[in-house]
Amino acid sequence: MDNTGLNAMEIRNLTKRFGRFTAVDNISFHVRKGEIFGFLGANGAGKTTAMRILCGLSRPTEGEGTVAGFDINREQEKIKKHIGYMSQKFSLYPDLTVKENIRLFGGIYGLGDRKIKEKTVEMLDMLDMKDVRDTLAGCLPLGWKQKLSFSIALVHEPQIIFLDEPTGGVDPETRRRFWEMIYEASMKGITVFVTTHYMDEAEYCDRVSIMVDGRIAAMDTPGRLKEKYGAADMDEVFRIVAGRAKREE
Amino acid sequence: MKEFVASIRKEFLHIFRDKRTILIVMIMPVVQIILFGFAISTEVNEVRVAVCGDLSDPQVDKIVDRISHNKYLTVNMMISDPEEIEGLFRRNMADVAVCFERNFDKELRSSGKATVHITGDGSDPNTARIITGYVTGVIQEIQTEITASLTGGQQVSMSPVVQLMYNPAMKSSYNFVPGVMGLILMLICSMMTAVSIVKEKETGTLELLLVSPVRPQWIILSKMMPYLALSAVNFASILLLSHFVMEVPVNGSLLLLSAVALVFVVASLAIGLLISVISSTQKVALMISGMGLTMPTMIFSGIIFPCESMPEILQWFSDIIPAKWFIIMVKKIMIQGDGLGSIVKELSILTGMAAVFLAVSIKSFRTRLK
Repeated sequence: MDNTGLNAMEIRNLTKRFGRFTAVDNISFHVRKGEIFGFLGANGAGKTTAMRILCGLSRPTEGEGTVAGFDINREQEKIKKHIGYMSQKFSLYPDLTVKENIRLFGGIYGLGDRKIKEKTVEMLDMLDMKDVRDTLAGCLPLGWKQKLSFSIALVHEPQIIFLDEPTGGVDPETRRRFWEMIYEASMKGITVFVTTHYMDEAEYCDRVSIMVDGRIAAMDTPGRLKEKYGAADMDEVFRIVAGRAKREE
Repeated sequence: MKEFVASIRKEFLHIFRDKRTILIVMIMPVVQIILFGFAISTEVNEVRVAVCGDLSDPQVDKIVDRISHNKYLTVNMMISDPEEIEGLFRRNMADVAVCFERNFDKELRSSGKATVHITGDGSDPNTARIITGYVTGVIQEIQTEITASLTGGQQVSMSPVVQLMYNPAMKSSYNFVPGVMGLILMLICSMMTAVSIVKEKETGTLELLLVSPVRPQWIILSKMMPYLALSAVNFASILLLSHFVMEVPVNGSLLLLSAVALVFVVASLAIGLLISVISSTQKVALMISGMGLTMPTMIFSGIIFPCESMPEILQWFSDIIPAKWFIIMVKKIMIQGDGLGSIVKELSILTGMAAVFLAVSIKSFRTRLK
């Protein structure tokens, strides 16, 4: 199933060009299994483009690599089956009920009817959301929506979960509780690949990379990065590293 | 396949949850048919006919007598001068005027030709068209009788000259059922499909679907399914309404009619997909389908204005409107009862359009994904 040993993701010399514009410029990195990997960068640094390639949504212009053990150039459909994806802004259909949302995502990830039923019961139980199972997802409080969409992104038991700015526009308390869920998943061996704008969240990651102008300008544990740049916190590290950007948004 | 079924179910849930929209979609054809059928009615009763001519002339007398016995027509006054007609119309004292030339009988016997002038009140063009039609019909009927009764077996003709005052452009009856059918199917398949895809683009949920293992073409196909079902329901309701309420017959094959409708629906769905690719917000999609699709369809497909009376350039333009070809075929099948043989040209054009739109939209959708 997995032929890359300890790594959930291995990327070598990845480049993506759109015409004459190089969005992602020769990046290489790996992510270990069960690791929480923070993928930082200002808007327009090439974060989204790189993430789309890793999710199997787009093909690299050059470079190679594997995600969940599958080739990013040739096995995109397999990658899609083995990863989860969540983005706080739009991870649920507001006009479908909680149960219908679970059923939809179970269905499009190829789970059978019986499996979906089991998962639904299990999930509603775990999230303590049995009472609201027939409520429209759009009517739930934001924190609940977030918990639910995180669990739904894990419904098909993926090896890696991609979180694209999962806590955008959420209050600090809700964010903290959300990170508890991320830790729980990581303890179960699920690899977490997360992008964020909040530098306090970067502190929670095992390792972070900071993209500047399509390149990875810095990559290490938060502790060593702070040491290297002589910074008090990740916010300062980010300002020092990303401050060297030449590319306009 | 499981994945496909799951996404189709989702699309139906979206539609059924949106009660207001589904209500509008279901009721729209009913309202339009009734509106076009009754409010914009072309039924004419108790038409007041003003006659200008010499009643002592035997043929004139005979025709006037026949007109006054027609169940829709009543001769309500005699005038001596055609100049009076406009005044009558203005004061709303007559709906139509019939003027016979001098020495009508004699002309008819000697030269075989005599002129009847029928003047309609074109300020209400549809009614005027019907009325002049009735009157012309009555006169033509008499004409055949006279031809038979005249000695010498000589062919005679009174040429009725139909002239409509104020508005010479006319709408024909039996036009609106095929028209409404074309409009509704186009609206549902193009506009609603486009809006529903763009909506997911706008909220970002489309990304969520694309990152799943469901292939993009299945996602799009599942989005089209509910609208296909909706248009089938509307197609049936329009046919039932027009048959039972409007008494518009389906003279041709129902199967052929459905097949033609399916081709049209495919073309419309493809256009909808194309609109969704080029527009980034629901508003833009609505604007494009409203201004770029619905309005030209209304104007150029012959629903309101007959294509034949358009300037040549606009006639060419109307040729690229898919609804025009669909409506022509529906008219031929429903009203004229024609078979496949007589719609080969229109059907090939529409099928070609559907194929081109489908190819272009799928290609551009794919490029968008890259």
